[in-house]
Amino acid sequence: MTAAVFFGCTFIAFGPALALYVFTIASDPLRIIFLIAGAFFWLVSLLLSSLIWFVAVTLSSTKDESVQKGLLIFGVLCSVIIQEVFRFAYYRLLKKANKGLMTISQEETSPISIRQLAYVSGLGFGIMSGVFSLVNILSDSLGPGIVGIHGDPPQFFLASAFMTLVMVLLHVFWGVVFFDACETKNWWALIVVIVSHLLVSGLTFLNPYYKASLVASYVIMLLMGIWAFFTAGGSCRNLKRCLLCRDKDFLLSNQRAR
Amino acid sequence: MITFMNSDSEEEVCNERTSLMSTESPPARSYHEGICTEERDKEVQEKRRGSLGNHGDADQCTPDSRGSSRSSSLEEDEEEEELTLKYGAKHVIMLFVPVTLCMVVVVATIKSVRFYTEKNGQLIYTPFTEDTPSIGQRLLNSVLNTLIMISVIVVMTIFLVVLYKYRCYKFIHGWLILSSLMLLFLFTYIYLGEVLKTYNVAMDYPTLFLVIWNFGAVGMICIHWKGPLVLQQAYLIMISALMALVFIKYLPEWSAWVILGAISVYDLVAVLCPKGPLRMLVETAQERNEPIFPALIYSSAMVWTVGMAKVDTPTKGALPKDQEQDEDSSDASGDHSYSATYDSPRCTPLHVPSYAVEELEEEEERGVKLGLGDFIFYSVLVGKAAATASGDWNTTLACFVAILIGLCLTLLLLAVFKKALPALPISITFGLIFYFSTDNLVRPFMDTLASHQLYI
Repeated sequence: MTAAVFFGCTFIAFGPALALYVFTIASDPLRIIFLIAGAFFWLVSLLLSSLIWFVAVTLSSTKDESVQKGLLIFGVLCSVIIQEVFRFAYYRLLKKANKGLMTISQEETSPISIRQLAYVSGLGFGIMSGVFSLVNILSDSLGPGIVGIHGDPPQFFLASAFMTLVMVLLHVFWGVVFFDACETKNWWALIVVIVSHLLVSGLTFLNPYYKASLVASYVIMLLMGIWAFFTAGGSCRNLKRCLLCRDKDFLLSNQRAR
Repeated sequence: MITFMNSDSEEEVCNERTSLMSTESPPARSYHEGICTEERDKEVQEKRRGSLGNHGDADQCTPDSRGSSRSSSLEEDEEEEELTLKYGAKHVIMLFVPVTLCMVVVVATIKSVRFYTEKNGQLIYTPFTEDTPSIGQRLLNSVLNTLIMISVIVVMTIFLVVLYKYRCYKFIHGWLILSSLMLLFLFTYIYLGEVLKTYNVAMDYPTLFLVIWNFGAVGMICIHWKGPLVLQQAYLIMISALMALVFIKYLPEWSAWVILGAISVYDLVAVLCPKGPLRMLVETAQERNEPIFPALIYSSAMVWTVGMAKVDTPTKGALPKDQEQDEDSSDASGDHSYSATYDSPRCTPLHVPSYAVEELEEEEERGVKLGLGDFIFYSVLVGKAAATASGDWNTTLACFVAILIGLCLTLLLLAVFKKALPALPISITFGLIFYFSTDNLVRPFMDTLASHQLYI
């Protein structure tokens, strides 16, 4: 419960997202706008799901623990589904915007491709989701206190930070796969994305037992990451060329951008 | 989201109406992006006033650009579209950054310095107290407070318009100088004192005097005369933050929210109605080809390149000089809001190299202007959310995102309608909706989730 914990957890959870932002998004104003719009869409989805949960809780006026827990599970399910619906809605909005842009400019290519938009929107969703999950915990970690004094696990902050990191990255991967699935009308991929989201949220129900929830979530994240990589057009050859700095197109385009 | 940014080459409206406007005058080719939104700045006491950035030269360039626009080729149009989109997005980001900075300063101060969240009396413009036994009474009092505040603002706006119409420029400038003096010296002194108290840092009076004197003097020069653009922008952000902090401290809770709502409605009315004071102000300024109160607008104008307006003076150097002369003749104080004025003393030697650079790059950089009142009220909303939302950061963040999206949408509408539009209503509406819904609905949900360590 010191500044070390605060900074450590902040950088664990948001370090990769910040790096992604600085290196890929900050230089292009259009992407920044789409990022914030994605964050806004996630926010609206959260609002709706909170409304549903709140109405359900107010209607069931019992203080019974199990009922409340059941309502919470229902709330989480609703929230995941509404998030995916809003992801789809954002996809449709972006398609319309892109189409509009292309017809106006009468050009072959729009300034931003749907794949880039998928990545940016996923990152927007992820950052907003991570921030909303973690920021209150972080601000508490700055204050005085002892973690786990009543028998709860003392790695609460660390586990929260790692879980947030997983959610941020997962949202990016889900975004990429989701948009591609919508583009190629691959409904199975869509269903897998939704199911994996439900799975990861469900795993957090195991939560003080971090070994299960965190490890499984990371495994899912790695699998989704590999899938998103291949969906976005990556391949083993590409990867090798990129890592060995032999990818001429990439090197050339980087120079041009500078 | 950016589909609106299609530049209608036919309607080059250089409508320098309000706070959101591109300081660039359309060049020989019809590149135009009439990004102007009407903005007005409300000020309570002897404070700031709504100012609409106006470009004296913008009008002059309109006929030229209109002519040239019709003759632009299809290719140019396409290129323009692409560039327009890019530049449209750039304008939005040029406004996001200062608005974000202002809000960050306000939220950081609210969260750390106790002084601005303590109840220590109220302004005389909100005389009714909110410490009443019943909710109905409290609501009534806050509505009355709002009515009084809004009527004060309306009266002052009309007074300003009347003064402007009857060319009492000296009075207006004196008023502006007095208010910036107060902000830069008195409020900074109070702010510094409270910050030092919070961090328990001792400072002796001579050092304090030196610091405040330098800060204030440089601020006055940068804002009312000439100075580096970045410094001027920083000062404008700081005084907006200071003003917002004063509002956050002295406005009682419910009154603050009702006032925010009422001011967005007033903004809408004052800017869009034909007899609205702000619209009249802008039209008068346009008729006279003068900039309006440059001291009250945040300008992000960057290097002006080719096509700085007049066809006969196509170079960068020439125009700033013209402006200087124009302004001097109209008895306005140095126009700080034009970055060009910073260059004007040395415009001649500068003109050649910059022209050469322009030829090389063919890139146009333009600036956008936003009235300080927008900064102030956005920051008031976010600051109030930070101060009163039971220690919750989610509400603050939600309001922040809502305001940014509102600003984005306003620019979108602006590009679609190409008319003067107020910048407050959409952002404040979103901000208010998100504040109340996040505080009452999302917070219990997220708290419950966090206590069970569940993630959605």
